[in-house]
Amino acid sequence: MKKVIVGNHAVSWGVSLARAEVIAAYPITPQTQIVEELAEMCDDGRLAARFIKVESEHSAMAACIGAAATGVRTFTATSSQGLLLMHELLHWAGLGRLPIVMADINRAVAPGWNIWTDQNDTLAQRDTGWVQLYCENNQEVLDTTVQAFALAEKLSLPVMIVLDAFFLSHTSEPVDIPEPADVDAFLSRRDAALKLDTSDPHAFGALTTPAVYMEMRKRQQEAFDRVLETYQLIDADWDRRFGRSWSAIESYRTEDADTVLVTSGTITSTARYVINERRERGEKVGLLKIKMFRPFPTAALRRALAGIPKLAVLDRNISPGHGGIFAEELRSALYDLPADRRPRIDGYVLGLGGRDVTPDVIGECLDATRGNDGASSSREDIWVGVKP
Amino acid sequence: MTQIPLKEIMPNGEFLESGHLACPGCGASLSMRMVLKAMGEKTIVALPACCWSIIAGPYPQSSLKLPLYHSAFETGASVASGIKAALLARGDTETTVLAWAGDGGTFDIGLQALSGAAERNEDFLYVCYDNEAYMNTGIQRSSATPLGAWTTTTPGSHPEGRPKKDILAILAAHRIPYAASATVAYPEDLLAKVRKAKSIRGTRFLHLLAPCPPGWKTGDDETIELARMAVRARIFPLVEIENGETWRITVDSPGDPVGPYLAKQGRFKHLGREDAAAIQAGVDARWKALQRRVAGS
Ligand SMILES: Cc1ncc(C[n+]2csc(CCOP(=O)(O)OP(=O)(O)O)c2C)c(N)n1
Ligand code: SF4
Ligand SMILES: [Mg+2]
Repeated sequence: MKKVIVGNHAVSWGVSLARAEVIAAYPITPQTQIVEELAEMCDDGRLAARFIKVESEHSAMAACIGAAATGVRTFTATSSQGLLLMHELLHWAGLGRLPIVMADINRAVAPGWNIWTDQNDTLAQRDTGWVQLYCENNQEVLDTTVQAFALAEKLSLPVMIVLDAFFLSHTSEPVDIPEPADVDAFLSRRDAALKLDTSDPHAFGALTTPAVYMEMRKRQQEAFDRVLETYQLIDADWDRRFGRSWSAIESYRTEDADTVLVTSGTITSTARYVINERRERGEKVGLLKIKMFRPFPTAALRRALAGIPKLAVLDRNISPGHGGIFAEELRSALYDLPADRRPRIDGYVLGLGGRDVTPDVIGECLDATRGNDGASSSREDIWVGVKP
Repeated sequence: MTQIPLKEIMPNGEFLESGHLACPGCGASLSMRMVLKAMGEKTIVALPACCWSIIAGPYPQSSLKLPLYHSAFETGASVASGIKAALLARGDTETTVLAWAGDGGTFDIGLQALSGAAERNEDFLYVCYDNEAYMNTGIQRSSATPLGAWTTTTPGSHPEGRPKKDILAILAAHRIPYAASATVAYPEDLLAKVRKAKSIRGTRFLHLLAPCPPGWKTGDDETIELARMAVRARIFPLVEIENGETWRITVDSPGDPVGPYLAKQGRFKHLGREDAAAIQAGVDARWKALQRRVAGS
């Protein structure tokens, strides 16, 4: 069934198709429509979930933790300040190995109040032990939402689906909504091996001494090491069933490219448009989209980017005192490549607090990197379009 | 008063293992033992950070024979809400969820989550064992610390300057079906309240006074006696409140003077006669207010 829906409702549809059993959420712009729609779905019987109308995002995540530890499929959604409020519990879900799925609408953080998009809210959570999947369009949002439950439950890791404020959350696009029976065949009811169960009592999260804590951390790391491969299998299965695939990283027209844009989120779609135009003019440029930010798909990125002379990384985020975060992570990922195969990396910080990233803006970044023939980048990001 | 041997009123079930890690004379571990006896095996425990996080034992051990989820300090009520929702989602209407938190996790950092859950009338039993300070972290004041008490953050030169927060009245104001105070010094009353709470649906709240020898600077053989003195002196009246409206005193407090109770505890040893008089005046005023509530309901 095709429907024209906003990104937020694509999330809600994904959650209902996945038959989430417990949802706990709290309103915040621009996420609110997700939970409003879910509340509606619970009400009219489309979804048989228990919806806990908590008094804060902190309690939303805590309730998801309790529910997930009891063995059921759980979901929440938030944005910006709400995500920041959850921070302690994001670690709890991560290290507690609870397969909670959460959608975060990328919204800039305050002060001053800003409801528009940038990635600082989610990137500030990068070390909390959550898989992070950034989406480009509403179809990807719906598909990724369902896939996220399969991935989370396979590896006992929480998964965050990330979409841009307004550019996706409130933008309508045609979305193919799979048949519930077909999704049921893809994703069966959660069957947790370990859970809070009076017939098999265990304690979870007890004091963990230095003698065992590191082993627990190592297991978490090993689970993350399996995310990419597991996701690829899940995505291939999805592709077989529904004819769509969303890879963890996607190379677009990078063959023989001298310069490649590296993007995430909705900037990717605009960048595709720019690349198509430039290719028509004969310019050797391409695009690499990063969907999976945690785990960072280092090996795959090395394979995809080795030998490309220059990269222009577009960062809609900033780590104050360091730089654009995707650029920094890429520099680290590609450092081990032999010098003659290692791309030069230019970082561009742009679009913060929802400022438009137009084809012209992206074109300027591309031109700046192509026109700069210095052997190595300065490592200092270029702030795009900032008024003096 | 007729004396009934304790073992005759105590249910046989034992859900707390020996070898747990509480200090000798710990009121919190006794409280857990008694409450669980009345709860039975169909119970899941949500445990935010508190002394009990230690008493329950380090991984891979557990001193409780029940499913137990250790959770963040402020999440007793919210984690319990999630557990209950999950049980219902899978059709389990039988298992009771027990949130078990200290006074810090209840009166202070967890109050928002508790208020939210109580207002939603989440179906669980929330027990606050109150040792009147943050004991896990080494005896710092909480908003349950009584007027005049020494703690490491209210030193003897500047003891606690405010009376204890009235947590029962706060919970009653949420109009939850059941809220009550109890203590291990009155096991029949305690067991009856747990049984009653267990039989009710919705948010049930129990406030247990749980003396703590190292935190109160008392002997480890004085726990029961102190809890009994607190009740008799009207410092900790034993009450139950139904639907936030009907207040009832379940065990009479004859009104012994507070002096001997204070004198028994090192945490009050810096107090002079006037301080004790001020504490007595506060206790008397609150008792009067309680009488009015009972009479008016
Ligand atoms: C967010 C957070 N802040 C502080 C702590 C440290 N902490 C752990 S237990 C505790 C005090 C607990 O006091 P209470 O709830 O009264 O239980 P008790 O230890 O007295 O039994 C504190 C401050 C923590 N674990 N988490
Ligand atoms: S410090 Fe107090 S509450 Fe904590 S275990 Fe010891 S006696 Fe019990
Ligand atoms: Mg305490």
